[in-house]
Amino acid sequence: MPELGRLRAVYAAKFRAEIALQFAYRGSLVIWLLGLLIQPIVYLVVWTTVARSQGGAVGGFRAGDFAAYFTMLMIVNQLTFTWHFLEFEWRIRNGFFSPLLLRPIHPAHNDVAENLTFKLLTFTVVVPVAVFLLISFGATFETQAWQVAAFVPALVLAMALRFTFEWTLALAAFWITRTGALNQAYFVAMLFFSGQVAPLALMPAVVQAIATLLPFRWMVSFPVETALGRLGPTEVLVGYGAQLAWIAAAVILLRVVWRAGIRRYSAVGA
Amino acid sequence: MTAASIRVTDLRKTYQVPEREGGLRAAAGSIFRRSTKSVPAVAGITFDVSPGEIVGFLGPNGAGKTTTLKMLSGLLYPTSGEATALGHVPWRRETDFLRRMTLIMGQRNQLAWDIPVIDSFELNRAIYGVSRAEYNVRLDELVELLDVGDLVRKPVRNLSLGERMKCEIAGSLLHRPEMLFLDEPTIGLDVTMQRRIRSFIAEYNARTGATTLLTSHYMGDVEALCRRVIVIHHGSLLYDGDLTGLVERFAPRKTISIDLEPDQPALEPGVLAGLAGGPDAVVQHGAERVTLRVPRSETAAVTTRLLGRVAVRDLVVEEPPIDEVIDLVFAAGPSDAAERAETAAAQPVA
Repeated sequence: MPELGRLRAVYAAKFRAEIALQFAYRGSLVIWLLGLLIQPIVYLVVWTTVARSQGGAVGGFRAGDFAAYFTMLMIVNQLTFTWHFLEFEWRIRNGFFSPLLLRPIHPAHNDVAENLTFKLLTFTVVVPVAVFLLISFGATFETQAWQVAAFVPALVLAMALRFTFEWTLALAAFWITRTGALNQAYFVAMLFFSGQVAPLALMPAVVQAIATLLPFRWMVSFPVETALGRLGPTEVLVGYGAQLAWIAAAVILLRVVWRAGIRRYSAVGA
Repeated sequence: MTAASIRVTDLRKTYQVPEREGGLRAAAGSIFRRSTKSVPAVAGITFDVSPGEIVGFLGPNGAGKTTTLKMLSGLLYPTSGEATALGHVPWRRETDFLRRMTLIMGQRNQLAWDIPVIDSFELNRAIYGVSRAEYNVRLDELVELLDVGDLVRKPVRNLSLGERMKCEIAGSLLHRPEMLFLDEPTIGLDVTMQRRIRSFIAEYNARTGATTLLTSHYMGDVEALCRRVIVIHHGSLLYDGDLTGLVERFAPRKTISIDLEPDQPALEPGVLAGLAGGPDAVVQHGAERVTLRVPRSETAAVTTRLLGRVAVRDLVVEEPPIDEVIDLVFAAGPSDAAERAETAAAQPVA
């Protein structure tokens, strides 16, 4: 079987197995989804309230803009987030990583497949919720047709970037026995610089400049900004460039860290 | 002459282990100064394995058996030394190598916990690129040999340990590996299940000619499967050869048990010692039963002397049980062990 065909077959099989797995735990899936949805809703309620109390707008964002922003943010965040760095320590410590290493396929494929399957499954719930939020909070868009089209590559690149970056972060578990503190630091930086707490446009100029230099904006905020029609053609192209550059950097970093990490891997207790 | 399937030269693995005294003061001190200790798990071992051989790795806990197996299957990088398996350096984990071998660990499961076994099998089929037709044939064969027909539709978490192990083995062999690394494959299983898995491994080896390396605490596994054993202790190779040779080398004495006819004068201890070749040879001296432990080379002479002197109802000459032999090997102090290892190394390997 040619290599690409095998890869496709692996993804298909993993997809089926993963669907079966998720359905085996319907309850936890629902609770998990609720948690995922609550965060943007909280921000949405807070910011629309602030906007109304300020006479309708905060820094150019009206209540309807916040509704559009946080709903799109929820969608993008849901599609781009990964959880493997939260599990890697556990995986290595308990020896669950060993079987993955001995398969004739890179372990990252396992996680990509898991990730995509989970996204596909949960997206069926996220879309109706998003529609509900957009309508009930009176979201307003100034998006043109080309910006809708531009959103798709921005989203796909954001998914690739966030996955590669966070999978590399996960590999820290080869060196650090307790990765909780590192993950927490990453999580806070992510929350702040990716526009999850508030739109980056509302941040001080310094923070905006830093956010542009860091990768986080390109993982979440950039596709959202594109979808809301807040970026011109040049800004969108620059954004793609930034995403591609960060992906290249993350892939190189991943390969270097991976090589060093598996040399260090001592399969403790595995 | 066929090339070796596995070739290991001076392979070493040293773990760096953090170390500190117990207690609060030491814990606080370790914030500023970390000390680590080098623990040699495998301290330079050399051996070859021919295609189709089943070799048993013996050694107490922490001897370096599993570490060796993990290096040869590509899971761990060695600290130094060389090894090839199926023509590949294992820890490079080249696809061609990984497709042709498998590592089965008795204490770890590779099958997904929450989904039916068959779904994991399907995933393995895709990963190893096994065609549908081949997969069906192999699956039928494995299901029959291991008797797991009813189990494959159940989630792994609902299986007993033995059932799970059989499914693990089936799943690991769907790609028909040419090389098997088995780490304690029968651990925790009842005697019937152990026997079943042993006979399966033998059958698989006979059918496919797969080279097999096996570690086990159960001598039954080794006796049933391995003509050749490699004994590792403190990371060093103590013995490499056939099982009978191991017994001869490390247990130089045989046990002679005699049931005496009751109607005869009691045997004086001094006389018995004389017959046995010294008082040390007498293990048990009862009115009706005598047990002696004598050097291998003198077994025949002692037996003849005894038969000529006393009326014997029954006489049995035995090798000590293999478990006892292993105890003897490991009970030997390090210097003694090294000495024996040198003697062993000087012997041509079977």
